[in-house]
Amino acid sequence: MTDMLKLQGVHTHIGQYHILHGVDLAVPRGQLTMLLGRNGAGKTTTLRTIMGLWQASQGSVTFDGRDITKTPTPEIAQAGIAYVPENMGIFADLTVRENMILAARGGEIDAARLKWIFGLFPALEKFWSLAAGVLSGGQKQMLAIARAIVEPRELLLIDEPTKGLAPAIIMNMVQAFRELKSTGATILLVEQNFLAAKLLGDHVAVMDDGRVVHTGAMAELAEDTTLQQKLLGLSMDAHQ
Amino acid sequence: MTAAADAPPTAALPKVRVDYLPMLLVPLLMLVALPLVGSVSTWVTLTVAALAMGMMIFLMASGLTLVFGLMDVLNFGHGVFISFGAYVSLIALGPLAGWVESDNLLLNIGVLLACILVAMLVTGGLGYAFERIVIRPVYGQHLKQILITMGGMIVAEQMIHVIWGASPIPLRLPEGLRGAIVIGDAAMEKYRVIAVVLGLTVFGIMHLVLNRTKIGLLIRAGVENAEMVEALGYRIRRLFVGVFVAGSALAGLGGVLWAFYRQTLTAGMGMEVNVLIFIVIIIGGLGSVGGCFIGALLVALVANYTGFLAPKLALGSSILLMVVILLWRPQGLYPVAKR
Repeated sequence: MTDMLKLQGVHTHIGQYHILHGVDLAVPRGQLTMLLGRNGAGKTTTLRTIMGLWQASQGSVTFDGRDITKTPTPEIAQAGIAYVPENMGIFADLTVRENMILAARGGEIDAARLKWIFGLFPALEKFWSLAAGVLSGGQKQMLAIARAIVEPRELLLIDEPTKGLAPAIIMNMVQAFRELKSTGATILLVEQNFLAAKLLGDHVAVMDDGRVVHTGAMAELAEDTTLQQKLLGLSMDAHQ
Repeated sequence: MTAAADAPPTAALPKVRVDYLPMLLVPLLMLVALPLVGSVSTWVTLTVAALAMGMMIFLMASGLTLVFGLMDVLNFGHGVFISFGAYVSLIALGPLAGWVESDNLLLNIGVLLACILVAMLVTGGLGYAFERIVIRPVYGQHLKQILITMGGMIVAEQMIHVIWGASPIPLRLPEGLRGAIVIGDAAMEKYRVIAVVLGLTVFGIMHLVLNRTKIGLLIRAGVENAEMVEALGYRIRRLFVGVFVAGSALAGLGGVLWAFYRQTLTAGMGMEVNVLIFIVIIIGGLGSVGGCFIGALLVALVANYTGFLAPKLALGSSILLMVVILLWRPQGLYPVAKR
């Protein structure tokens, strides 16, 4: 199995703060890799560094064999990486339709793909002509993910998609990600919800203090409560 | 595609609230002024004059509000493009002097359009250079932006003095645009009516571009969240330059109309109107073209009615209007959603 994305010794500074201290991470093609870690571990910074929104001060980011460490963000996106930020990045004054059209760089949305997206997230079809700002938190998250998959992308970077969502909506989201996985999509997913991570992840990388401190199969971590406690500080409550 | 079946029942369709209140302020203000002014003919004259003034202010301010909304740039040098636009219209006026004095209305309008075209081309080019040389090094640094753009405006004013001299230059309106249209007892200056038509046309075009084209979609999205637009694969810097050039060209257009309105050219005319422009974009909501349009009309109507009813208050009427609007809506009439 080849790695679609590879980070080697990546350091990132934001102003005077040194956030990433040499991140090594590999995202295998066609798999869903979970990026876990406590708050402030550097997960969001890692995603933003991959997207070029913050520049790595040291180390390299390789996507599909191409060094993208210093590549401008639009070119990274054009290369086939879609990004869903933690705040979802929805354009509130634009309609759901306009948000989607903007993401379809070809100009037109493929009808069959749109139908598939409406199948994943039915609310979007219902609210198609409404301003995205009036949607609920869960619907906005659906729109953010739909926007990322409006055209086929090589790699999806998704930052905490279940944050702040009701349990029923989280399960709906998990189902949607399973559907996405079944299409062979390569996904790097930052998640705080361990239950969702367990249900979805093929691989896992755990971050702490700006470094990746553990990598392996998600199923192994899901079964090893001692390791979970050590890496993530999780109690049994996290599994319920 | 099983997620659809498991989806929780969707909530009732949320209603989109269209905020009509700021739009209603303009006709409301006109209606309130009618009994206060007393005479219908005077009211018509005042109102048409105010609408013309409002359109010109809108043309001058619309570029600035987009530049601030999209680029987060405080361009205190925006007045440069107004002054330059007005002065470079002399380039077209020279060879077309015969058209200015002609009895043919089409030639008269032709000379005005030629002035506008030259002004927009020159100020658009100037805007491109201004963005690259003055603005680009200070992206994200508001204090430096204020200082350097004000400095740029002072330099540009001195350049106008060097090129065209320091004395004011009288500007004659083309023959067919002088005088007034009289309906009953109400007199409406022809030029002001043309300014209203031009202003409405430009507003209509801007509205169409912003709401019906991909470029417009990108601008509106960029005003909200420029970083996300980049993450979707668009080069926002190119858009910045394009909007800056368009905004400068619009200021040039406004400068030409403003100059013919005053019938005098002075190097400081851009700086003089700068304060008014900032009041308008603050009232409208920074980054909002629609808000800017309504703000410009309100400022002009209030200035004209106050000038007639209470001349001593006229000077401060715009500031007073801004204070009242901001007390009501602290982020302006149509605040733009920001990330």
